[in-house]
Amino acid sequence: MADEREINSASFYQYLGEKKLMASRCRKCQALYLPPHSLCAKCRGDDMEWVEMKGNGKLAAFAAISVGPTSTIEEGYDRNNPYLVGIVQLDEGPKISARVLGIDPGKPESIKIGTPLTVEFLEPAEGKTTYVAFKA
Amino acid sequence: MREVAVVGVGMTKFGPSEKTNVELFSEAAMEAITESNLVPKDIQALFLGNVFCGFEEGQVTLSSFAAADIGIPYIPTTRFEGACASGSVAIRDAYMWVASGFYDVVLAGGTEKALAMGTPYATRTFAMGSDSRYEGPTGVTFPGIFAMMAHLYASKYGIPLQKLKEQMAAVAVKNHRNGIFHPKAHFRKEITQDTVFNSIMVADPLQLFDCCPFSDGAAAVVLTSADRAKQLTDKPVYFAGVGQCSGPPLHNQKDITRIKAREISAKQAYDMAGLGPSDIDMCELHDCFTMAEIAATEGLGFFDFGEGGKGVESGETRIGGRIPINPSGGLKARGHPIGATGAAQVYEIAKQLRGECGERQVEGARIGMTDTLGADLALVCNMIFRI
Repeated sequence: MADEREINSASFYQYLGEKKLMASRCRKCQALYLPPHSLCAKCRGDDMEWVEMKGNGKLAAFAAISVGPTSTIEEGYDRNNPYLVGIVQLDEGPKISARVLGIDPGKPESIKIGTPLTVEFLEPAEGKTTYVAFKA
Repeated sequence: MREVAVVGVGMTKFGPSEKTNVELFSEAAMEAITESNLVPKDIQALFLGNVFCGFEEGQVTLSSFAAADIGIPYIPTTRFEGACASGSVAIRDAYMWVASGFYDVVLAGGTEKALAMGTPYATRTFAMGSDSRYEGPTGVTFPGIFAMMAHLYASKYGIPLQKLKEQMAAVAVKNHRNGIFHPKAHFRKEITQDTVFNSIMVADPLQLFDCCPFSDGAAAVVLTSADRAKQLTDKPVYFAGVGQCSGPPLHNQKDITRIKAREISAKQAYDMAGLGPSDIDMCELHDCFTMAEIAATEGLGFFDFGEGGKGVESGETRIGGRIPINPSGGLKARGHPIGATGAAQVYEIAKQLRGECGERQVEGARIGMTDTLGADLALVCNMIFRI
């Protein structure tokens, strides 16, 4: 049973590897947490369950980055090949930071807040941790 | 609580240095102690801001070695980490311990060798200030966060992006101009709007000259009770109010054009001082990026929201303007040895309020304020000083 996985960051990334964007929800007060919390800060409950996000959302903030950390340089990004990051507001409510795909990072002036996006799961290289992206 | 004053300040030259974190701090500390008319054995505790000593030099336990280096190994010492606000957090805590009466004389400040890491490694370690589990892997950088802020700010207030870029460039031009007159600044060179626009793109719309540098350096202050201060110096600089507040990770910030932690922290400091933004004669604030200065001038109440860009363009934040911002050159020109930055801001306020700033002096300054932002909007510390 997938639901029995411990609610923590390691499980969240394990799910991403299985192409599932998982939040946690408090069974008592229904508060939804993404990234997942194992305890409910709202009602102090500890009876949490996994809930899969549909993966639809809207662009809430964005930046085209030309000078990135070593991990993105290893992915092949540089000053001539910037990448786009953003904050995505999911239809279910929570916001999450993500790589943004399918929008030209070379033309940031034409990028619109509110652009509809769907989740993608990026595996930068064989054996590396999958992380969240959203695609226009 | 009793009144507390700064009785001495010290600062190394900011910029590339061969010295270690401890050696840098000793230089700043000895200057501060000597200026206080004290000797090292008068110091009862050391509160040291530093973020990355482990990465920079393979060294932790930094505060102990720093105390030993100035000849006082047998005192309590603590290293404070609050990302770019570490130095301010250390000084605020030192203030509280002296105000409470627990200590009479505390040495506080910060030291950092950010430049020693080189840009790719520094970019990686600085990004550790973001939520490393959930934001790190996406490739969010600090310039990226302020690029997000710039886009949202432009769209929220209906300012064309090109216009905002001009206002951001005006921040860089002003702060570099101020830095010319600060003998210890990392950069002492005038720049123009073209310098900014011709520099490489870092995170659109932020270009290289919209970003502060990585620097090496240290700064230190000596705090004591007001009563003791009057015996030591003719020019004590008193704490009027302090504030500090944390915030959530980036993705949980409600509105990244307004940093809620700053609004709460500044209100604490203003309320404690019984003062408001219009009472402040000059401010040293956290211009890690040009956009950050515009947002800070609004968050601290010097301008209405959406008006900070106009404020810098019209010259209101110049030395001689309505509210001089970063007369030291700010992080942009003075430099940003992260753990030391807050202490360098207090150094500037003390020098300004004592009227010792020469060509960068804000005439008649009696009340000064600091503002230091840590990480991706995750904490802010403010201090208000008066003479």
